[in-house]
Amino acid sequence: MTDSSLMWRIAGGSGDGIDSTSQNLAKALMRAGLHVFTHRHYPSRIRGGHTYVEVRAADEPVQSRGDGFNFLLALGDSFARNPQDDAYYGNERRKPLVEHFDDLNEGGVIVYDSGLLDEEAVAETDLEGRAAENNWHVYPMDLRGIARDHGREVMRNTAGVGATAALLGMDTTYFEELIREAMGGDIMEANLAVLEEAYERAAALETDHDLAVPEGDHEEEQAMMSGSNAIAYAALDSGCRFISGYPMTPWTDVFTIMSQNLPRFGGVSEQVEDEIAAAALAIGASHTGVKAMSGSSGGGFALMSEPLGLAEMTETPIVLVEAMRAGPSTGMPTKTEQGDLEHVLYTSQGDSCRLVIAPGNLEEAYDQTREVFRLAYDYQLPGIILYDQKLGGEMRSVSASYFDREPAPDPGSVLTEDDLADAAHDAAGKYTRYAHDGEDGVVPRSVPGQEGGRFLATGNESMAVGHISEDPDNRKAQMDRRMAKLDAIRSELDEAGHQTLHGPEDATYGILTWGSNQDTVFEAVDRLRADGHDVRAMGVSDLMPYPETEVADFLAGVEKALVVEMNATAQFRGLTQRKLGRFGSTMSSLLKYDGETFEPGEIVEGFESNVDGNEPSGNVELEHAAGD
Amino acid sequence: MTSFSAIGSEREATKEEFTPGVEPQPTWCPGCGDFAVLKALKGAMTDVGRTPEEVLLVTGIGCSGKLSSYFESYGYHSIHGRALPVARASKVANPGLEVVAAGGDGDGYGIGGNHFMHTARENHDMTYIVFNNEIFGLTKGQTSPTSPKGHKSKTQPSGSAKAPVRPLSLALASGASYIARTAATNPRQAQEIVAEAIEHDGFAHIDFLTQCPTWNKDAKEYVPYTDIQDDDEFEFDLSDRKDAGEVMYEAETRLYEGEVLTGRFFQQDRPSYGEEKRATGEMPEGHLAERYFEDDDWERTADTLIDRHT
Repeated sequence: MTDSSLMWRIAGGSGDGIDSTSQNLAKALMRAGLHVFTHRHYPSRIRGGHTYVEVRAADEPVQSRGDGFNFLLALGDSFARNPQDDAYYGNERRKPLVEHFDDLNEGGVIVYDSGLLDEEAVAETDLEGRAAENNWHVYPMDLRGIARDHGREVMRNTAGVGATAALLGMDTTYFEELIREAMGGDIMEANLAVLEEAYERAAALETDHDLAVPEGDHEEEQAMMSGSNAIAYAALDSGCRFISGYPMTPWTDVFTIMSQNLPRFGGVSEQVEDEIAAAALAIGASHTGVKAMSGSSGGGFALMSEPLGLAEMTETPIVLVEAMRAGPSTGMPTKTEQGDLEHVLYTSQGDSCRLVIAPGNLEEAYDQTREVFRLAYDYQLPGIILYDQKLGGEMRSVSASYFDREPAPDPGSVLTEDDLADAAHDAAGKYTRYAHDGEDGVVPRSVPGQEGGRFLATGNESMAVGHISEDPDNRKAQMDRRMAKLDAIRSELDEAGHQTLHGPEDATYGILTWGSNQDTVFEAVDRLRADGHDVRAMGVSDLMPYPETEVADFLAGVEKALVVEMNATAQFRGLTQRKLGRFGSTMSSLLKYDGETFEPGEIVEGFESNVDGNEPSGNVELEHAAGD
Repeated sequence: MTSFSAIGSEREATKEEFTPGVEPQPTWCPGCGDFAVLKALKGAMTDVGRTPEEVLLVTGIGCSGKLSSYFESYGYHSIHGRALPVARASKVANPGLEVVAAGGDGDGYGIGGNHFMHTARENHDMTYIVFNNEIFGLTKGQTSPTSPKGHKSKTQPSGSAKAPVRPLSLALASGASYIARTAATNPRQAQEIVAEAIEHDGFAHIDFLTQCPTWNKDAKEYVPYTDIQDDDEFEFDLSDRKDAGEVMYEAETRLYEGEVLTGRFFQQDRPSYGEEKRATGEMPEGHLAERYFEDDDWERTADTLIDRHT
């Protein structure tokens, strides 16, 4: 990715329309021919509290946030509650400005709403000094006044976009188009008037910055969506027609998208009393023949532990999504982390027999969710999509045609009544649904209501027709049969190529990562290579069954590997060492667990430090290899 | 043409069809009240004209949870306290199924209490039988949610300091639309009540008193019992929530004074969850599972959802 990208931040209070405005601006930039990517930062609060969204736009694909940013639209927090300097949470009034000083790049531009951030408030910050030091270009504008005079005060955000457009040489046509699509009547007219007035006033300013919106052109139509959209749409395209859940940030996004769309797809969404029930309902629906899913974030997923084991034991296919946020416990609800890897792999009593896949980006979120549905239903086990606040919430542009796929509603290994007529039954007429000799461990199931299919499903160990059994030989045969499914799935996944490689095969150094860091790591690799470092990277998605061959091939080819993940205990490196102990001394870790996502520059610096034996700066930890 | 031809079958099943043709035979202790539930359920299913393969029996954990092993139908022996969420989703997925959930008093009123409250509130068209023996049996005699205050057990050696749960009142407050109590010692009434519960269009809760001769000798055998429908003291309108609540309170209190009041306590005609949800437009009319066998024409997100992102 290039340094010529626009990295625009809109900052204000939760409830100031930061999200919707940033989405509209990003979409307008996309329609204008650019590739876009958004990064959200928000508090666990309904009104007020500092929030910002960063929109990165360039004439080539953008798949990550950049290093810092270069344009700040500081709207100010209209719900600010702590105007004192000694407040626990800082002076909220000034946050939309001062919180960004450390990240704004040299030569950056600041527009702030002087209607809210008045002279007195700004004087209390060191804006003047910092601006001089960093060659920032600062343009105070009374956005509140413009909004009030030409529409309503809440349209400050629209005024901010008008000012942005004028200062960056951006055509407002596409933004106007979005206003017209989303609104009508007086509200629409007022927004258009506010936009125009702010544009004109900003255009009349004397300016001295050289930042401008890049120009671009798409070969085909683009769509802008979040990872949560991609997961939900893949579920719908997989024939999922049942979801059960309980709200929890950040999983709520997938739950909401599914709930809003399932009725028109002929499906059902159930919001229930807790996550134990949520997982149990998905099991009940799936047992009864409907492709079903549930999900949660860490705390809610913890409640699903026991039903998860029930699905493994009764071989009831279900798909769960786990949207990680910073833990332990309630942790930081709106901040990202990859701290639930071990939790998701191993929670529930007994040996795990599940599929766990962590997509690396938006396209993978769609593709791999479809794959998880297919495998879960073919192999009759729980399939888990492990993602995080980062992937779930960030938006990106992608070719719309990417989603032009055929649905895959196949319910997997299920018998019809005709099949059942020829299937094996015991002397009492029960179908031998848990026979010992299933191909790849799988015995096709019947569905309640089918003639000739009755059997007992039980969380106890069971014999072929489902009756409880504690016989040692039966136990071993059933365990071996169930666990064999993971080997068969691994063979299928080796063909699927979920592990994504970036950089030349013969590189000396490697960066290994998993899940949503992937594209940020790849951007760092591009930059490192441009600086002369011989490095390549692998983004791993398959976590259970673990892709031993692919990762071993990667590690065997490099002298040193830096393992990048967002947690404090290097969970993925630990997993890799457990599976591939011989590479223990090859791997060091770059860890981040402050709630923020990696910037590419942090990975660049972490890589250089690892090679040179230095310590990186900033909020990351470098954990060196154990040594030979 | 259907892929689930057991559903709505015209065939009359015999009681024997609900008995497994081969082992296992019940492993309950001699004299256990659980036998009576099994017998009542078999009789009731025959009475209401169901066949084994249109019935899904979902059970919890404990002696009561073994019911699905000894009753011939589709069975799902789930985990402790979670029979109801599994069962109610099955009803949503296939409204034609006759769904019965069963478990013990610890299962339904203790660990699964939250699900009991919410499943009753939602009024799913299903039957829930709670084997109430006032004790944890399979784990060998600990105090349960319905054990009387002062009940001594290995885990409450000086006697329980807690008043017992009031299961009927709890069902009423939660929104169950059919509530009854019967006893293992009254098989005729038990079978009638189970049949009524199955026929009822809504969430039917049966508190089934099942003596535990091994671990709860104090509770005796729930005899003598009184059928409140035959007792002049309890002339009341079954659909009157206030009257029902008072009679329930009496029955729950007197149980611990040695008087066993059984019968129907509440019956209300209100739309089931399926009807309510279909009325909002958020549940399809038909049988969700059938589509997977019969429909080739599935919606695509590319046709309906991608445009809003461009």
